[in-house]
Amino acid sequence: MENHSFVQRLIARPEFGPLVLLVVELVVFWGINPDFLSPQNISNILAFTVELGLIALAMTLLMTSGEFDLSVGSLFGFSPVLMWTLFNSGVTSLEMGLLIALIVAALVGLVNGWFVTQLKIPSFLVTLGMLLVVRGTALFITDGFPQRTWSAEGSWLANILVGDFYVGPFRIYASLFWFIGAAIVLGYVLTQSRTGNWIQAAGGNPNAARARGVNVNRVKVGLFILSAVMASLAGVISSLRTSAANPNSGTGYELEVIAMVVIGGTALTGGRGTIIGTVLGILILRVMRNGIVLIGVPGLAYNIFIGAIILGMMALHSWLERRHQAGT
Amino acid sequence: MAEPLIRMENIRKSYGRVQALVDANFHVNEKEIVGLLGDNGAGKSTLIKVLSGAVPLTSGDIFIRGKKVTLRSTSDAIAHGIETIYQDSALVTQLSIARNLFLGREPIRAPRFLNRMDQDAMNAVARDLLRQVGITKNIPPTTPIGSLSGGERQAVAIARAMHFDSDLIILDEPTNNLGVAETQGVLSFVRSARDSGHSCIFIAHNIHHVFQVVDRIVVMRRGKVVADDIDPKKTTVAEVERVITGMSDKEIRDAISDGPQRHS
Repeated sequence: MENHSFVQRLIARPEFGPLVLLVVELVVFWGINPDFLSPQNISNILAFTVELGLIALAMTLLMTSGEFDLSVGSLFGFSPVLMWTLFNSGVTSLEMGLLIALIVAALVGLVNGWFVTQLKIPSFLVTLGMLLVVRGTALFITDGFPQRTWSAEGSWLANILVGDFYVGPFRIYASLFWFIGAAIVLGYVLTQSRTGNWIQAAGGNPNAARARGVNVNRVKVGLFILSAVMASLAGVISSLRTSAANPNSGTGYELEVIAMVVIGGTALTGGRGTIIGTVLGILILRVMRNGIVLIGVPGLAYNIFIGAIILGMMALHSWLERRHQAGT
Repeated sequence: MAEPLIRMENIRKSYGRVQALVDANFHVNEKEIVGLLGDNGAGKSTLIKVLSGAVPLTSGDIFIRGKKVTLRSTSDAIAHGIETIYQDSALVTQLSIARNLFLGREPIRAPRFLNRMDQDAMNAVARDLLRQVGITKNIPPTTPIGSLSGGERQAVAIARAMHFDSDLIILDEPTNNLGVAETQGVLSFVRSARDSGHSCIFIAHNIHHVFQVVDRIVVMRRGKVVADDIDPKKTTVAEVERVITGMSDKEIRDAISDGPQRHS
């Protein structure tokens, strides 16, 4: 087994399929419309990509532990609404509003985790319920109207989260660095740290992990909190960048994020996860969304391509998994 | 006689109105392989679950080297040196051999606040252990458990118990679904565990496998230990089968002390 060539080992990696797909996408879109790789378009793709990406990174760890979170899209909409409502009504400063929004998100994650680990209710049902509670709360406190957001301009908070600058012709937002930082830290946690070993064991065989003294419940609750806080942070970043806080924003993001994670090679059933794969999965879906519009495919046809990608990648991953299990 | 490694006295366990264990008495001596036999529902799984901390006992006492202990969880039992290996359930198939060996006790590299596993040390120990337990094939310690055979998985689980100095290794049906060569492998892993100073409880449906490896046979029936000193060298498989399926206590005593006996 150890004498497999470098190429064979590369192909056997779960990230190989997504990497090939991303390269194919880039080449095809660029071939049809060279503007696809223009600095302006790349800047556009990156701006929103990293916001969804922050959620997908946390979701990767959560899914590796065998759970997932459908409430992230609603938190993405709720947290900025809460922050701006507190600020606009003069209750807190913007910074304190953000802190409160993150704490509330952490509590939501804690409740999710508690239901899943203590009441043994599948995360699908728990987080579906939480999705409705959180979204409903956002709609209720705003009467369904977007919040005023104009006063963020120039605040230090806006600068460190979404301050923009130009590198040559590229417009870069500070959020890109938050995303890169989160990817490095979470990738390290998953592959190098002892916690990462526990996360994988919790998803792969929770009973075996428990028997070895791993506190599986604590690991899962921690990851639910991480997922909720990241979704909240992503929502605030998006809101600051676009100067909008709409109680309906983030609708459907949970499924897009889960799609990004599984396309990257993380197992929906838990036990195996890859941050590099998720980064590729994020890019695959965002590039696809951007690219098919640029080459003239009607935007409404987007979901056909996304669905096809998910099905194709799942087939590839299952084939690789079977090869792997067979020990070849 | 020296105090046994494990002594379980008057163990009762009831699930609602069902009595799974009725005043069961059981012991394991140091460096001994005990074969635990019994028909389905005889109580051997429950006895093992009590001893491995998986289920709480209703009443009774457990002593380790004469000291009374309370086993509230499997990790409690492991901390007391009792390791249970269930086929296929003790390992995480997605993780590598080395990561499984150290699961829950991963060595950390300095600086400790980075929480980084010392994967080089883990791999080195894993390589040694695999050799020690008798796996001659060159299997890299980074191989995921999922690509190992059933016998190799048992070997990894046994190696783990040996490395973490478990005094007692409980093997629940370790030879189920294994081929002939694999079974012989597992039996030799069990012997090497005993030879390096560990005691084992060996549970198997296949009495022939039990006979090949154990020092003493204990038989359970209807929640009780009905025979606890059968020497496999001095009896036959047929005789033990008759004890398992049930005779009067007197007949069993006769069978054990006087050797094989016909009964109509």
